[in-house]
Amino acid sequence: MDNFIEAPDVRQAFTENYRRNLSVINKHSARLLNERRDEAFELFTRLGIPGKKSENYKYTDAGSLFLKPIGLNMGPNAIHVDIHEIFKCDVPELDTHMVLMVNGFYFGPEPALKEVEGKVLIGSLAAAAREYPELVARHYTSYAKPGTDGLVALNTAFAQDGLFLYIPDGVALLKPIQVINLSIWEKDLMVQSRNLFLAGKNSRAKLVVCDHTLAPWRFLNNTVTEVYVDRGGIFDMVKMQNENNSSQHFSHTYALQEGTSSMSFNTISLHGGLIRNNFYALLNGEHAENHTYGLYLSDRKQHIDNYSFIDHANPHCTSNQLFKGVLDDEATGAFTGKILVRKDAQKTLAYQANNNILLTDQARMNSKPQLEIYADDVKCSHGSTVGQLDPDAMFYLRSRGIETREARLMLMYAFADDVISHIPVGPLRERIEMLVNKRLRGELSRCNACQISSGKMEC
Amino acid sequence: MLSIQNLHVSIEGNKILKGIDLEVKEGEIHALMGPNGSGKSTLAAILAGRDIFELTEGKVSYLGKDLLEMSPEERAREGIFLGFQYPVEIPGVSMVNFMKTAVNEQRKHRGLAPLSASDFLKFMRDRKDMVEFDSQLTNRSVNEGFSGGEKKKNEIFQMAMLDPRLSILDETDSGLDIDALRIVANGVNKLKRPDNATIVITHYQRLLDYIIPDFVHVLYDGKIVKSSGKELAMELEEKGYDWIKKEYANNGI
Repeated sequence: MDNFIEAPDVRQAFTENYRRNLSVINKHSARLLNERRDEAFELFTRLGIPGKKSENYKYTDAGSLFLKPIGLNMGPNAIHVDIHEIFKCDVPELDTHMVLMVNGFYFGPEPALKEVEGKVLIGSLAAAAREYPELVARHYTSYAKPGTDGLVALNTAFAQDGLFLYIPDGVALLKPIQVINLSIWEKDLMVQSRNLFLAGKNSRAKLVVCDHTLAPWRFLNNTVTEVYVDRGGIFDMVKMQNENNSSQHFSHTYALQEGTSSMSFNTISLHGGLIRNNFYALLNGEHAENHTYGLYLSDRKQHIDNYSFIDHANPHCTSNQLFKGVLDDEATGAFTGKILVRKDAQKTLAYQANNNILLTDQARMNSKPQLEIYADDVKCSHGSTVGQLDPDAMFYLRSRGIETREARLMLMYAFADDVISHIPVGPLRERIEMLVNKRLRGELSRCNACQISSGKMEC
Repeated sequence: MLSIQNLHVSIEGNKILKGIDLEVKEGEIHALMGPNGSGKSTLAAILAGRDIFELTEGKVSYLGKDLLEMSPEERAREGIFLGFQYPVEIPGVSMVNFMKTAVNEQRKHRGLAPLSASDFLKFMRDRKDMVEFDSQLTNRSVNEGFSGGEKKKNEIFQMAMLDPRLSILDETDSGLDIDALRIVANGVNKLKRPDNATIVITHYQRLLDYIIPDFVHVLYDGKIVKSSGKELAMELEEKGYDWIKKEYANNGI
C-alpha cells in the first residue's frame, strides 16, 4: 500500500506507479482486464485528468483533487472487522441477494462468482473474466470507451475487480440484488473499481448499490460501470451514496440499451464530500426507454455534480431525466443534462427537469441543459429552477400551528419525494424515504451507518 | 378576546390600514364587509401573522397577550385560525400528515400527549362527517388539484380539526355554489360555542343568510366607517357601497 501518487505532475506520478506496480495489478486481476491496460494507460497519458478547462468538468475540477498525494489500492485487503456480522440485515421485508464489495474488490459471500435463482450470475468481475472470458470480452470497454474521458482511461488501466452481473435471456429475477460497496482503510486511499452488468433479452432485474465509507479518511473513488440491456430487457438500478465529508467520488455509468428495452437509474446522494456522477445512455434501437433520476441533499462545503448524456440514436425512443436537490450552508452543486437527438431519431420523446432549493445565500447551483436536436419530428422539453422554499406554503403550514423548522422539513421532504417515488422496490423506497427524512432533519449519522441493510452498523 | 386599537399598516410604503379599532368578545360573530381593496384581507393576514407588512402604529391584544409579538405558529396554537381566501396547494405534503402534525403541535402546546395513529384517524373521520368533507380528499396532497369549492371546504375541515377560539374566515364564500355555501355555513355554525368567536369577511350578504352575525362592520379606505347590527348587511345588499362612500366623503376626513 506504499503506492503513493505524488504531486505536482500527476501524469508522471501515475506513469511511474503504473510501471512499478503493473505485475501486482495484474496478479490480482484477470487476463482479459490485464490485456486492455496498456492501451488504456496510453490514452490516459494523452488525456490526463480532466481539469477546469474541460467543458464536461467545468464545475468540478477533477485535476486539482489528484494533486494531493494518496495511496492506491492494489489488491484485496485484509479487513479487521467481521463485516458479515455487521451486515446482518434487520429489514425482513427487504429480501435481497446481498453482496459485499470492499475497496473495489468482491468480498463475499463465497464463491466469488455464483448462480442465484437458477441461472443469474453474480460476483467478482475478475472471476467472471476468468470463467466466462468470451462473454465478458464482448462487452468489456465497449460502452465505457477509455478514449472518451481521462478518468475512464485511468480506471481501465488500474481497475482489477468489481461487480459482475449477468441475467440470461428471458429470466426475471425475483429478488433485488443489493450491493454494499465499502471503503475502509487505515489511511487515505484511492479505489478504482469496475462493474459490468449484462441484462439479457426480455430479462428483468432490480439492483441496489449502496456506497459507504467506514473510516473517516479521504477515499478517492473512481468507479466505472458498464451496463448492457438487450432487446426487451427491463433493468432498474438504484444507487445510494452515503460517504464521509472527506470522500471524493467519481462514478461513471455507461449504458447501452437495445430496442424495446427499458432502464431506470435513480441516484440518491445523501452525503459525500465531493460527488461527480456521470450517466451516459445510448439508445441503440427503436422503442427503448430510459429514466434517469437523481436526488441530492448537500450541506456544509459538500459538492455535488451530476452530468447526464442521453443519446437518442434511433426513432421512437423515450427518455426522462429528473434531478432535484436541496443545498444548505455553503454547498455547491451542478447539473448538466445533455440530450442528443440524432438525424434519424424521429418521434423521439425526451424530457429533462432540474429543480433546486437553496436554503442559504452561500449555497450555489449551476444548472445547464444542453439539447442538440437534428431530427424534426420530436418532442423535447427541459426546465430548470433554482429557488427557495415557497413562502406562501410556509405561511400556510405555520398558520396551522406547525413550527418553522417542521414546516421547512415538510416542504423539503415533499420536494424530494418526487424523485423517491420512482424507486421501484417498495420496502427499499420506504427505507430511503426514512433515510431522506432523517438526512433532512440532520439526524443521519455523519459517519456512515449502513442503514439500508442494517440499523446496527455504527462506527 | 380580541382588541384592535388604532392599527396602521403599510405595504411597500402604501398605507393599507389607516387606524382600525375593533373589539371582539367571546360568543360573537362579526361580519366584515366592504368593497374591493378596502383592506379586509390585509387585516385578516395581519391577525394571522403574515410578515410582509409594516406595522406603523397601533396595538392588537388577544386573550390579554400582545398578538403582534407572536409568531404565526404561536397564534395558531393559542387558538387563532385563518380561513384563507386562496388556500395554497402543497404537492407532496399529504393532508393526513399535515393535519396530524398540526393537531399534535397544538396538543403539545396544551400539555397533552400526541394522538395515536388510530385515535387520530377516528378524530379525523368524526370531523370530516361533521363538516361534510369528502373523505377521499384527505388521501391527497394538501389542496393539490382540489376544485375551488373543495379548497374552501378544506379550510372549514381544518378549522373543525383545530377547534379554534377565534376564526377569521377570509371570503370563504367566494366562488361557492349554493350547496357548498350551505355546507361551509353549517360547519361554522356547528363549531360555534359560547367561548369562541368568528370574524367573517365577505363581499356579499348571501353568506349572512346562513351565518347570522351579531355585528356588521364596513371597511372602506383602510378604516371601519360603519358598524351596526345584522340589518346593515341587508341594507348593503340593497343599496351597494356607494352611499357609504358618499357618506364617508361628505364627512370630509
